[in-house]
Amino acid sequence: MSELLFPVAVFFASIFTSNILLTNYLGMCSFLAVSKELETSAGLGIAVTFVLALTTPLNWLVYRYLLVPFSLEYLRFIVFIIVIAAFVQLLEMAIERYSEGLYYSLGIFLPLITVNCAILGASLFMVIRNYTFVTSFFFGLGSGLGWLLAIVSMAGIRMRLKTAKIPYGLEGAGISLVIAGFMAMAFMGFSGMIAVS
Amino acid sequence: MLTALLVSVGIISLIAVFLALLMVIADATIGNYGKVKISINNGAKELDVQGGQPLLKALNQEGVFIPSACGGRGSCGLCKVRVVQGGGAYLPTELPWISADEQKLNVRLSCQFKVKTDISIAVPEELFSVRQFSTTVESIKDLTHDIKEVRLKLDDPEIIEAKAGQFIQFQVPEYENSDEPVYRAYSMASSPSDNRHVELEIRLVPNGICTTYVHKFLKVGETVTVNGPYGDFYLRDSDRDVICIAGGSGMAPIKSILMDMAERNIQRKTMYFFGARSKRDLFLTEEMHDLETRLHDFTFIPALSEPKSEDNWTGETGMITDVVRKHVTNGANSEAYLCGSPGMIDACVQVLKELKVPEDRIFYDKF
Repeated sequence: MSELLFPVAVFFASIFTSNILLTNYLGMCSFLAVSKELETSAGLGIAVTFVLALTTPLNWLVYRYLLVPFSLEYLRFIVFIIVIAAFVQLLEMAIERYSEGLYYSLGIFLPLITVNCAILGASLFMVIRNYTFVTSFFFGLGSGLGWLLAIVSMAGIRMRLKTAKIPYGLEGAGISLVIAGFMAMAFMGFSGMIAVS
Repeated sequence: MLTALLVSVGIISLIAVFLALLMVIADATIGNYGKVKISINNGAKELDVQGGQPLLKALNQEGVFIPSACGGRGSCGLCKVRVVQGGGAYLPTELPWISADEQKLNVRLSCQFKVKTDISIAVPEELFSVRQFSTTVESIKDLTHDIKEVRLKLDDPEIIEAKAGQFIQFQVPEYENSDEPVYRAYSMASSPSDNRHVELEIRLVPNGICTTYVHKFLKVGETVTVNGPYGDFYLRDSDRDVICIAGGSGMAPIKSILMDMAERNIQRKTMYFFGARSKRDLFLTEEMHDLETRLHDFTFIPALSEPKSEDNWTGETGMITDVVRKHVTNGANSEAYLCGSPGMIDACVQVLKELKVPEDRIFYDKF
């Protein structure tokens, strides 16, 4: 594949064939906790997309220009976490200040993004897979959009579940996990489309 | 080896310092809401406060004290304030405490609601009479194996104007078990005429932040900050019979009410049921029997639910609800004042209703 097309391929792959939520099962806790309302889950999804699209290339820079030159690659876990935490904190302050509506709909959930493993996961995958800076950005953005797609679909299904008859023992988390499994299988159907790891 | 160590420490520190700097800058710019105005009760009082902080804290700093039992963590739901103008949508952390009717009035949980723009609020008039007091611990006495009586002398201001039965908030400073000052509510056991002192009866709750502090750390002569008075638990003016029911440290407000009645020579038929487990949980029994001679037509009825054989108990036994049922035949012309645990109060309210005490004449203080 040509150099130019590769980031685009990664972008689409990270949305569909290797959806970070449904194929890697990362970011599961907020996926299950916040997918009850369509509006809230869309808000959280957008926040995650935004954070992923920015922290992945940011961490790429930190990794490439701070950790690699001093052969401190083994510190990447802790450094990535600090960078993400600080970034999310900044984002929270900015949202609280400039978008009251989003702040109120996300409210207490925003700090959850700090410990969302999808965000740390994307930064780590980008290192393992040797992505370039540009590819990292598209990978982060794509992973975020994939996560958004998954949580919004889930919220849509769960909204309809409210009026559906569910066997007593499956109510709540049970049926949600079963649905997440079906969705993962559905997304696997895309796997023939693009093969990028 | 050493260089590698120094380099890694250096790099991590560098990143941390940079990020910390960024946070400080952000805090001073996007986190800085400047001064905002809070107008209380149609401009009866105007406050200029730093924006961005919770309303409860902003009001506290300016000397307007809203009752709150949990100290601003959003877990007691007491610090409700009506926001007349300004303020945005409800936060998810507020909603569990706010009923649909309160939402129509825009009642907010002041510990969660942050003041970011000029707002106008309404607070009950009597909260203006709430003051913060600096006090000195005059004495600490053991009432039972787990209840202590703490007597505070008011230093500044020197006088508290309270009704018998009201409560104050006790400020627990930072100590081993708490890394920030917290407030806990306690009823005053002292009579309103003793307005230079505040007496509290505090039962040790395992792992309780305030009760542990009072029982294990507080010493005579130390300074304690309290604010108050709060609450609508006080004797109503009427000539109806009075039924008081208390358990444990629920003694405090009832004692205050009874002493106040004796001092003001109020002549109403009064019965006081006090529930305890065994004799070691009984306290102030002599004082209460002594009141029987001073207070018109007053009967003190202590009851033990699990008397021990060595107690040699000849008084009432059994659940307090059964004892009440035994002594009160018709409560239609009575008012009831209850203080104790939620379980005890709920059970007693049920029994009082069966005994025909009208629901709007049952007053209680749950803790």
